[in-house]
Amino acid sequence: MNRYPLWKYILVLTILLLGLVYSMPNIFGESPAVQITTAKATTKLDPAVLGKVEDTLKQENIKIDAIFMDSTGVKVRFADADTQIKAKDVLKNNLGKDYVIALNLISRSPTWLSNIHARPMYLGLDLRGGVHFLLQVDMKAALDKAADRYVGDFRASLRKERISYSGVARDDQSIQIKFTDAKELAKAQKIISNEFPDLTLKESNNTLIATLNLQAQKRIQEFALKQNIQTLHNRINELGVAEPIIQQQGLDRVVVQLPGVQDTAKAKEILGRTATLEIRLVDEEKSDPTTLEQASKGQTPFGDEFFMDRNGQPILVKKKVELTGEYITDAGPGADQQSGRSTVNVTLDGRGARIFRQVTKDNVGKRMAILLIEKGQAEVITAPVINEEIGGGRVQISGMNNAQEATDISLLLRAGALAAPMDIIEERTVGPSMGEENIKRGMHSTLWGFAAIAVFMVIYYVMFGGISVVALGINLLLLLAILSMLQATLTLPGLAAIALTLGMAIDANVLINERIREELRSGNSAQASIHAGYDRAFDTILDSNVTTMIAGLALFMFGSGPVKGFAVVHVLGILTSMFSAVVVSRAIVNLVYGYRRKINKLAIG
Amino acid sequence: MEIFKIKKDIPFMSYGRLTTAISLITFLFAVFFLATKGLNLGVDFTGGTVVEVSYPQSADLVKVRRAVDSIGLNEATVQNFGSSHDVMIRLPLKKGVTSAQLSEQVLSALKTEDSTVEMRRVETVGAQVGQELYENGALALLLVSIGIMAYLALRFEWRFAVAAIIANMHDVIIILGFFAFFQWEFNLTVLAAILAVLGYSVNESVVVFDRVRENFRKMRKSTVVSVIDNAITRTMSRTVITHFCTQLMVLSMLLFGGETLHNFSLALTIGILFGIYSSVLVACPIALYLGVSRENLITGAEKKETVDEMP
Repeated sequence: MNRYPLWKYILVLTILLLGLVYSMPNIFGESPAVQITTAKATTKLDPAVLGKVEDTLKQENIKIDAIFMDSTGVKVRFADADTQIKAKDVLKNNLGKDYVIALNLISRSPTWLSNIHARPMYLGLDLRGGVHFLLQVDMKAALDKAADRYVGDFRASLRKERISYSGVARDDQSIQIKFTDAKELAKAQKIISNEFPDLTLKESNNTLIATLNLQAQKRIQEFALKQNIQTLHNRINELGVAEPIIQQQGLDRVVVQLPGVQDTAKAKEILGRTATLEIRLVDEEKSDPTTLEQASKGQTPFGDEFFMDRNGQPILVKKKVELTGEYITDAGPGADQQSGRSTVNVTLDGRGARIFRQVTKDNVGKRMAILLIEKGQAEVITAPVINEEIGGGRVQISGMNNAQEATDISLLLRAGALAAPMDIIEERTVGPSMGEENIKRGMHSTLWGFAAIAVFMVIYYVMFGGISVVALGINLLLLLAILSMLQATLTLPGLAAIALTLGMAIDANVLINERIREELRSGNSAQASIHAGYDRAFDTILDSNVTTMIAGLALFMFGSGPVKGFAVVHVLGILTSMFSAVVVSRAIVNLVYGYRRKINKLAIG
Repeated sequence: MEIFKIKKDIPFMSYGRLTTAISLITFLFAVFFLATKGLNLGVDFTGGTVVEVSYPQSADLVKVRRAVDSIGLNEATVQNFGSSHDVMIRLPLKKGVTSAQLSEQVLSALKTEDSTVEMRRVETVGAQVGQELYENGALALLLVSIGIMAYLALRFEWRFAVAAIIANMHDVIIILGFFAFFQWEFNLTVLAAILAVLGYSVNESVVVFDRVRENFRKMRKSTVVSVIDNAITRTMSRTVITHFCTQLMVLSMLLFGGETLHNFSLALTIGILFGIYSSVLVACPIALYLGVSRENLITGAEKKETVDEMP
């Protein structure tokens, strides 16, 4: 009766092997590494960089453990942190500002492990050091800004339709337009409701009150959040952080986690900065070859700025900015209808559209430069000739190399500036030495606790105690394997949860062993006692694990930060302990006792 | 080896009045300290900033104090943390200055005073976030209680569910009472420990109740009291061994886990000790008092089965 069918043994063995394979990367550990990516989201990394990096490091006699390139960039692994820092400095000096050099950790496990996606556990900030920010987006400001734009838009459209009004003003998020004449008001109402379907209009006392309807408000808030997250992404790239996490939390918050970053002052400064698009005119009068030649040598004419455009052509652009990215409400990739080439389609708001129309009207036949100001550096994306006056606020920017670039640039344009201000409402920084210490503490706690339990169990239950300890060890193995597979973030409370889960998981084996003893005491045979012990204890084990699970799930749902880290491991640990304590320990007991004809005495103490 | 070789059932229920009285007194003490002293809430809940720094030599608290005072933060508390090398500086929320700036100011002031200082940890929590964490914590506690009660009511019976949850809330209050009395810092990690204790401690009641149900089937002629006494006696060995093992692990955390896990393991230790007591000696008398009986536990189908078995 204490025999498993063959398939069950095979199943247990397979799971054990999988557990072993997927927890293995944790033994190999991680090595210090340097990660090289391009500084601009618009340029893709050239495979030639790989060779360049290798040569540079060779010249400086820096020993490389491994070098390879993947979707995120070139990665170079080193033996120790000193070499890593040295390599970073060397690369920074030699590769120039077109590349971001970030410190990173890379798994040391053999390639076949990496190929089956077996990676070491993902360590949280409290274990690897780094900074965590929680940012609150000021949604009221986003709505105010939107309302402000409408004030300008209303003035423009009323003027265009020659409707006389006595004033437009914003009061919180509603816009009030005062009229002296009810007839004019009616006319205005018709025009505004046609032109701006997002608004709810109300009239009282010769005043038209426009408010954003709920859908539009929601859209504006979602847009603001999305844009802020995109902006943060771009800015954090500049910091040279290997694996930043930027996530939306709730409706109006953003979590930013920067592993390995210690200079929080710089991180804060950069998170608060702006980047944008500018439209300026090309100085056609001075664009003769001699002036350009001189300008390239540094003698730029007064009021102008010298650039090389994307095709490597020199170009002189006026310093006066005609239009900035502030007026962009949307940007998306597209294709030119005639040539089929990739473009970026930008939508300007009412005021931006008016300015753009005026600029194009006054400068027909001249060139207009579109500059991308990224990381304090300006780049001329394109400088098309203005063929005619362009109204309507829709601008097509051609000159994109391919569709991917069009997508990237649209993202950048949308993400140029923050849509709404953000405040840091939570900050947690952990120094690198603290992180290492925390790992050590967590590991020591688990190991010593485990050892103490093992000794006690073997003394108290002899053979069955030993089997329980093996099952507990397998529990630990499976838990580590699952955590590595899921790449769930492991934090110090998570490590505590591993320890605690092990301490609690032994309960199942104690229950089983006590039951077996009890059955033996009431005079049952050894085989029958084992069978009844496992059978009867199972209901109890299930019940008690379900209640623990309820607590774990609630922790997961409502917990934040440390509590969540604890809950994830706790819940997973309950699952693995059910399997190891019941199925695995039974398999071992079956193998040991199930095939004996006669058992004189069970070694259960 | 076997520690518990008990031949006769121990009449636990006859001590019911005594054990309930002990519980009630500890409980009232806990409530009293919670009311008078209150919890020493960490920055997680109150909002504010904690800066933890470390010096290669023993830290000079006077110097640190001077540095902190020099930037006008007189309300800050400066104290050793863990060892003489580590210093913890706690700053309350300040209007006008964002807390993000505050920690930078403190660190640069400390650097001017002594450049060997090393930043270990900075934690800044805004007032609103603190409030939310507090509310979410309370919500989690409530949800866990309701969830466990619902499950026990489904699996056993409402009397058991109520008894188990009272026993467990009693544990939680007592842990909180300890934290109030000793003014240990109560933070998110401690909250996690308390919620884990809640789930863990219910295990205890479940094991005993399981046995009570089984006994009701087996011991047909016995009284409810002797059924419960037998169930507790039979499971006592397991109760003590399990808790001992868990406590070994927690003890290891207490010894090796460092400052961060210190209060976490303290909460667990208290929870485990009182958990043994309450889930057996509080839950069972309450279930008895609520009038639990054989009929409550054995469902219709099973009743029919027993009838068939009769000769």
